Amino acid sequence: MLVLSSGEGLRPRRLVIKDVNRCVGCQLCMLACSRRFAEVGFAKSAIHVRSAGGVERGFVVVVCRACKDPPCLRACPVGAITQRKGGAGVVVNYSKCIGCGFCREACVIGAVMWDDLSNKPIICTHCGFCIDFCPHGVLGLEEVC
Amino acid sequence: MSYIRYLSKVLYIDLTRKTFWVESREDLFSEWLGGIGVATQLYKEEIPSKADPLGPENAIIFAVGPFTMAYPLGSKTVAVFKSPLNGYFAESHAGGRSAAAIRLAGYGAIVIKGASERPLYLVIDGNKVLFRDAGTLWGMRSTETVGRVLRDATSGAGVRTIMRIGKAGERLVRYATVITETYRHFGRLGLGAVFGSKKLKALVIIGKGGFKVPNPKEYREVFKEIYETATKSPVMRKYHDLGTAANVIPLSKIGALPTRNFSSGNFEHAEEISGEKLAEHVLARRVACSGCPIACIHVAALREPYGDEPYFYKTTFISYDYELLYSLGSNLGISSREGLLKLIYAVEEEGLDAISTGVILAWITEAFKKGLISEKEVLAKPDWGKYEEYIKIVHNIIKQPNEFYKVAALGVHELGKKYGGEEFAIEFNKVEPAGYHTGPLFIASLIIGARHSHLDSGAYSMDQKLLKAGKPVPGVKEGFKMIYEEESWRQVLNSLVICLFARGLYKPEVVLKALRGLGYRFRSVDELKELGKRIYLKKHLIKLSEGYDPLKVKVPKRLLEVKTALGPVNGEYVRGIVKEYVTTVREESKKELL
Repeated sequence: MLVLSSGEGLRPRRLVIKDVNRCVGCQLCMLACSRRFAEVGFAKSAIHVRSAGGVERGFVVVVCRACKDPPCLRACPVGAITQRKGGAGVVVNYSKCIGCGFCREACVIGAVMWDDLSNKPIICTHCGFCIDFCPHGVLGLEEVC
Repeated sequence: MSYIRYLSKVLYIDLTRKTFWVESREDLFSEWLGGIGVATQLYKEEIPSKADPLGPENAIIFAVGPFTMAYPLGSKTVAVFKSPLNGYFAESHAGGRSAAAIRLAGYGAIVIKGASERPLYLVIDGNKVLFRDAGTLWGMRSTETVGRVLRDATSGAGVRTIMRIGKAGERLVRYATVITETYRHFGRLGLGAVFGSKKLKALVIIGKGGFKVPNPKEYREVFKEIYETATKSPVMRKYHDLGTAANVIPLSKIGALPTRNFSSGNFEHAEEISGEKLAEHVLARRVACSGCPIACIHVAALREPYGDEPYFYKTTFISYDYELLYSLGSNLGISSREGLLKLIYAVEEEGLDAISTGVILAWITEAFKKGLISEKEVLAKPDWGKYEEYIKIVHNIIKQPNEFYKVAALGVHELGKKYGGEEFAIEFNKVEPAGYHTGPLFIASLIIGARHSHLDSGAYSMDQKLLKAGKPVPGVKEGFKMIYEEESWRQVLNSLVICLFARGLYKPEVVLKALRGLGYRFRSVDELKELGKRIYLKKHLIKLSEGYDPLKVKVPKRLLEVKTALGPVNGEYVRGIVKEYVTTVREESKKELL
């Protein structure tokens, strides 16, 4: 189910990691994210799952956390990144984006992914599509406050 | 690029010349789907029938298929190679991140041939292949450490596979494994020794790409449908909850849990090493392969105090599955969970196949107790349940300090041949079997199955269904047909490639629909089944060219003496099925030549 974060009558919502310890590392969220673009694989995914130094130590789920004052936005030299209405993440204007990668460097949690083909950033749009494909309740949507 | 064309890229790596190249093999991928279908053809092209399994002329072939990462549980990689354990065409599967990495690095298959003169490891990063020195990694005590070092030495956290061998592979133990992501294995038939013979310590593959599907809407719908069945259906429940370890108690109850070298099918301490008790006391985490919602990998935490200092502990993480609980547990009379986990850890550290190792330890124990071998050979005092002794033996299989251990490194068949006790050396065509003393169909399936594995046709489940339904054992022809049809169908599943735990999910009609969602034009289920039969036949013909004769495979006497869940097995019945198989294959191969 596609949930629009800026839908009418809805308070803007952001994707959250409810409990990372429930993550089993199946990466179905990554596959789901790419599937939105009619792709199989990880190339278009805005969410990333890796082990915390060996799978026995559990997993790390990296995704945009919709910062109130997003460093990626401030780092963009051409104004291609703007804040979504209500603060639910950012929007990239790909026509303006020159692919400099400053946004990626600015994000301390590494949530600005990179599309190697187009040489442009991929940032979570907080649509919530991946939630339906997380079998263990790691992901959820939360109202932005 | 069309879906098939994207899958059709084959990466060839020559370890002798340290070169690599890519070929488009649409010819193979359009006729044989992928996975085992394509790998079998590549084997035929690359490995001469007289090849020495440990010589540079052997090749390692990995293949994935159209369902890899495209659908839930399309999570496995097929490996084929000539087995150093029995000298024939061999196949072994593993999950972890291997399938994702190969597919998303842009390949349908990888062929590694030749041999390096010095230890190295390979890094496949998209279209680059790096040959890196592994001098420092060679001889390292634990496969876990090798993994840890390579995690730091390479990039691609989350989107890479780190396959590696232990000292078992380096020392050419014929049942050495290749370990991937610490807890998954290309376990059977000695792929680890083939890596070792090529001086290939590890293979890191980084795959973060993606590719378009032709019918996005249809594809997304089919994906969702399969995903929902996978997460909600009772078919997957057992793998989900207790994992395969759930089998311990039920199998012991029906007398099918091999105990103390297959001398009984009931283990009086089954409960102690059951999935239930393990979950209650030691289960620490569940982990999944890429693309699988089930998370069947059960990891236990073992907390041990150091004896020399108070309040000083270490915690190790050890994964368990049914096969290990049988081979290193009940079959060795081990009832201590802690002892069992320690033994599993030793086997993992060295990089040995757990099933083969357990069967060998069981033979050693019995031969020792019967006086065929003594402390002079074994350098330990093996006895049922004595895990400390078994751990010593495991390390000696790697060190090979004397003639006895040099033979032990070759497998249980060679031990029986040299020291006697062949009647209780449990093997089929030199392959130590999985743990199901269920009945005649399982035993027959181990002979006619292409890899002598319980996964060839899952006949252990057929035996159990007969028992449950209170039905008699079917006639020879019917029994053969059941095994043959199932093994043929599994060739399709293994070409797609899906995890066989999802076989109940991927019914023929579902497979057909899912293939259509990717733009494949199969007309009917029968067409798919026909393809499965042809793949099975091709594998068999390769083995025949290597000198294999199913009629010569002996059933270990022990297995005919100790009654199974379905009662004592009639050797003539088993032979009948094998004959039926030989006749069928002969007729089918005539058709294939036309």
